[in-house]
Amino acid sequence: MAYNTRVGSLAAYEKGVIELNDDLRKYAFSNIFEVAGGAQPFERVAVVQNLEYVAEVVRVEGESPWYAAPHDEFAVVMDGEVTFHFVKLEEDQVPGHAGGATRLGAKPNGPTMGKVTARRGHQVLLPKGAAYQLASAAPAVAIVQTMDGPETVKRWSDICVMA
Amino acid sequence: MDMPATKIVATGTSPDTGYDSFRLGQFTFGRDDYFAHIAWPKGNHIIEIDRFLRAMVRDIGWGFFYGWIFFDDIFGTTNHYGTVDIFAGSYDQGYKDQGIDHLETFPAEVVKEAFETISRNWINEGYDPLSAPLETGSPLGSKTKERTDELVRGFRPATRMLGLEGDAPVRSDQTGHPINRAFADLEFDTPEIECEPGFEGQLHAINLFDHIARADVTWNPSFTAITGASICCVTSEEHMLPVIHGNDRNEWFIQLTDEIHWNIADKNTGAPRGRIVMKSGDICAMPADIRHQGFSPKRSMLMVLENGTPGLEQRYASGELKPYPVDFG
Repeated sequence: MAYNTRVGSLAAYEKGVIELNDDLRKYAFSNIFEVAGGAQPFERVAVVQNLEYVAEVVRVEGESPWYAAPHDEFAVVMDGEVTFHFVKLEEDQVPGHAGGATRLGAKPNGPTMGKVTARRGHQVLLPKGAAYQLASAAPAVAIVQTMDGPETVKRWSDICVMA
Repeated sequence: MDMPATKIVATGTSPDTGYDSFRLGQFTFGRDDYFAHIAWPKGNHIIEIDRFLRAMVRDIGWGFFYGWIFFDDIFGTTNHYGTVDIFAGSYDQGYKDQGIDHLETFPAEVVKEAFETISRNWINEGYDPLSAPLETGSPLGSKTKERTDELVRGFRPATRMLGLEGDAPVRSDQTGHPINRAFADLEFDTPEIECEPGFEGQLHAINLFDHIARADVTWNPSFTAITGASICCVTSEEHMLPVIHGNDRNEWFIQLTDEIHWNIADKNTGAPRGRIVMKSGDICAMPADIRHQGFSPKRSMLMVLENGTPGLEQRYASGELKPYPVDFG
């Protein structure tokens, strides 16, 4: 038997259904590609919230600001190709806030660590102690496992199925 | 708390089927060609044997997972992280009303040993409850020859991220994990990592889809990346989740490929609430007050985000935390 694996994209996705005798807000049902399709480049839109932890959908288009977090983060590319650039931070440059990514004013002046080029299905470590920038020539989508932070955008009522 | 420290005891061998029967506390377990038979002082229950063994082996491998593992609507376990309840009818209104429900609490290692003993005796060569039904033999019929390989596999968790030096490895041809037939139509490439001198090993990326596509187990989430207590798990799903999971905390599903149909019910009563069909790219929370069971018509890839903060189950149970994750303001 030949199988046909269905994988959504910005250009083509089919959203599922939620049919419950319950308050649908409790399930916060959304879709990565729908959220990215309606987002500004590099808005970090929360689609998962687990107390202080979140996952953010990011529409990658052009070059992002530089970010850093006081903990490891992880990005999974869901559509397109994304290049992640890394710069090493000095100990006193590592953000000291509670969690989540923070935007840096400019590219840090530390040494360049290198870059990772990732495509659909690739998971990338965004390590503590490094600043990173995302770049893509064409619209791409990533979902970032991180903590609720100063860059986290919340608009649950806009992205979730409400009724 | 009444917590018998008894061990599982073999109580005899069926002359008809060759399988052993067992007693743990006041529960007894037996099997015939088609069914597992469970009895307790005021009641008894049967479960189709394939479903029973698929649930039991996963319950062992998961370490009893988070919260409630219902083998079906009647029988199952609850994890208290050190002790485990075995219950029958405790979350079924009919059993409760008749007063025939039963629950015993055991040390977790006692239940683990018991379930391993039962599974080992009741699983024959050629049947693997961790494989999709199309990829393994039948558990039906009398005892033939016991399997001698490991009952559980695929549960080694990453501590930071899969594939990092010293951490759990990604699956590959070299580890004995070919691409599953259901994902043979996908193309898999590798991310390009270019490290400047002096930073070798500090940048890391994997093809997560490739790792999932090579899973030789189903409905078996394993840790791939950890942020604090936020645990990213991935799993390949085919056919049906052989348990009904009632979590003791909120968890999140991210459908990476294909689709899964979820039946949703009230956690305490089992009353149906409806269904959710998740397709590629869909994200949905599973609140802490429900039970859910998934059905995946084609093998699919699922990401699960769990919060492993110790003691969280008590904060939800006490009502300190709401049983749903998002405040819409």
